[in-house]
Amino acid sequence: MYIYDQYDQTIVDERVTQFREQTQRYLAGELADAEFLPLRLQNGLYIQRFAPMLRVAIPYGMVSSKQLRKLAEIARKYDKGYVHFSTRQNVQYNWPQLEQVPDILAELATVQMHAIQTSGNCIRNTTTDQFAGVAADEIVDPRPYCEIIRQWSTFHPEFAFLPRKFKIAVNAAKQDRAATLVHDIGLYLVKNEAGEIGFKVIVGGGLGRTPLIGTVIREFLPEQHLLSYLDAVLRVYNRYGRRDNKYKARIKILVKALGTELFTQKVEAEWEHIKDGATTLTQQEINRVTSHFSVPTYETLPATSQQLAQQLADDPNFNHWYQQNVNAHKVPGYSIVTFSLKPTGVAPGDVTDKQLEAAADLTDQYSFGEARVSHQQNLVLADVKQDDLYPLWQAAIQHGFATPNIGLLTDIICCPGGDFCALANAKSIPIAEAIQSRFDDLDYLHDIGELDLNISGCMNACGHHHVGHIGILGVDKKGEEFYQVQVGGNAGSDASLGKILGPSFAKEAVPGVIAKLLAVYVNQRTPEERFIDTYRRIGIKPFKEQVYAKAH
Amino acid sequence: MPKLIKNQDIIDDNYQLLETAPAADQPLPEGNLLVPLTDWLENQQRYVNHQGSVGVWLDSHEEPELLAAQIQSLPVIAVNFPQFTDGRGYSIGRLLRERFGFLGELRAIGDVLRDQLFYMARCGFNAFAIRADRCIDDALNGLKDFSETYQAAVDQPQPLFRRRQMQAE
Ligand code: HEM
Ligand code: SF4
Repeated sequence: MYIYDQYDQTIVDERVTQFREQTQRYLAGELADAEFLPLRLQNGLYIQRFAPMLRVAIPYGMVSSKQLRKLAEIARKYDKGYVHFSTRQNVQYNWPQLEQVPDILAELATVQMHAIQTSGNCIRNTTTDQFAGVAADEIVDPRPYCEIIRQWSTFHPEFAFLPRKFKIAVNAAKQDRAATLVHDIGLYLVKNEAGEIGFKVIVGGGLGRTPLIGTVIREFLPEQHLLSYLDAVLRVYNRYGRRDNKYKARIKILVKALGTELFTQKVEAEWEHIKDGATTLTQQEINRVTSHFSVPTYETLPATSQQLAQQLADDPNFNHWYQQNVNAHKVPGYSIVTFSLKPTGVAPGDVTDKQLEAAADLTDQYSFGEARVSHQQNLVLADVKQDDLYPLWQAAIQHGFATPNIGLLTDIICCPGGDFCALANAKSIPIAEAIQSRFDDLDYLHDIGELDLNISGCMNACGHHHVGHIGILGVDKKGEEFYQVQVGGNAGSDASLGKILGPSFAKEAVPGVIAKLLAVYVNQRTPEERFIDTYRRIGIKPFKEQVYAKAH
Repeated sequence: MPKLIKNQDIIDDNYQLLETAPAADQPLPEGNLLVPLTDWLENQQRYVNHQGSVGVWLDSHEEPELLAAQIQSLPVIAVNFPQFTDGRGYSIGRLLRERFGFLGELRAIGDVLRDQLFYMARCGFNAFAIRADRCIDDALNGLKDFSETYQAAVDQPQPLFRRRQMQAE
């Protein structure tokens, strides 16, 4: 994991002082609400439905056990004893006091954490694959590049007041686990024919009111040019992005308005001027940052553990969990474990202080003291010995982390919705719960297989409903909460946006609608097909007919 | 006389900002003037014989490229921040300094508040006309928010990673 040196620490500490001072000026009436707003947002501080909300960055999802304990302590001391893991590899506190936020930031800084640029119209926390560095299908570890981007984007003086928020995601594996194509900039790490590392640059993806899949503007950008190229893209966006209408201020609208070709020309022309300047990365710097993500001291182990094979044969529940929540590791004898934060009855992504501490202990005991947060709002222990899986599973059960539903229907991505969010049209957490309760039969869930179900409480699409195989969107009809259902979205490297099925449904009807969609799938699928594959083959019509069929 | 922060000091502002150019048949006001970009481009003859100095101000949507050819003849360029949330001026500042090599006074005008100054200074601004309702002494503190920065910019052309490297060697 990246460890701060005195420079990094100084910058984060000075930020705490700066924000403490800004908060004091605000409380003293020297800063108007409108002036404080962008300052607090760039520190992740919202004013929400019931209280302020503080969003803390977990840069590219990496978190140490020490940091998990600090998050737990803060939850206890300053909040109601829990935190919320979001789809942006951030955590959110829903109940802090404005006056105490500077103290929270000071505590975070002691464990090399911060809330810098977790909100506001600036470059946000960069995200990546939660399996980065351990995935077998990876070209190169993306985390050093994410850290390089983190440093470059932190208080970037030119891009602190962009037309709109700006999100960058990096993916380096064959399978895209970072929803890269729906970010303002998506970067795919690639190797060219000469074996050199570089980036495929994708621009203009995004969700929200105008969902779009990004377009490739450069097939191969040599790695040393990463930052100057980002500077060029951001400069074009900063200068020419719309500022008259916040819904049209995203870079995706600029790319669309200019056309990919003209937009690319502008970026390349800008880059020509700056490409070989001091911002050009040095091999030394890439090596320095990479050395922080060096391989932990793995033991030399056989590729498969005999003991594990026996345990899997003996205990069907363990086997279930193993099939669903454990992934292959690139090092023989190790596995990647995902802790589900989606048991039925808990808001997806909510974790208590006690649970966080338990997770920290397990991380120390079984996974080199590090964990990761996934954009699906789960927690990953990436370096677990196969021989340790059984005891880890037993401990995970005790702490509520062992629901064997990763990648299944009940592993729902869900925004806070009307329960917390001031912008919501409808609640989303109770919908997630209703679906989880209705489909609690594990055999059935396994039979249905891989299925992304995503729920957002409004058009802003925090719950990624556009890229769910099934997406649910809360809508407001004459003051009443209704839910629009979409099918066919996908967030991977073959990303697609869902299509609206038809008229929206009342809350009580939603689980039934899901059941009908699943019935169509079960009837029509070929043995190998996932829900999304069947949908892509047969189209929306059979689903629509089934759901809206008149009762006879 | 209104005050100005310039080169980390508070001084008298001895330029008069003309929001629009005086009509062709009107005389120019006396003293140092800051005139709108389009006017300066179209009516340069008018300013050649002016007694005071003449600088140019541009708005955040205007192209700094238009000044490139004659940039060194200007004592002052001012960039307007119509709202403090409009960040185009930061890019304009860097372009004027880094691409067009402007060496004179680069002044931020408009909605200029303490909490922007650090970034503005990094982007090449060395003068700040603080919004009239704010305390300029307080604003001066905004220049000192951070002692260390990651990126290359006008004030520090070497990014931290290169400086770290030099330290290590
Ligand atoms: C409760 C406080 C929250 C507020 C006020 C809020 C507000 C917003 C707004 C206004 C947008 C629209 C952006 C646009 O269209 O340009 C948005 C998008 C988004 N938010 Fe949130 N959000 C909140 C919580 C969350 C949470 C908890 C998550 C993660 C679970 C999240 C993740 C996202 C994502 C992924 C997007 C889509 C970004 C895109 O357009 O590409 N937000 N949010
Ligand atoms: S999707 Fe809407 S309701 Fe849900 S968190 Fe985002 S802004 Fe709030």
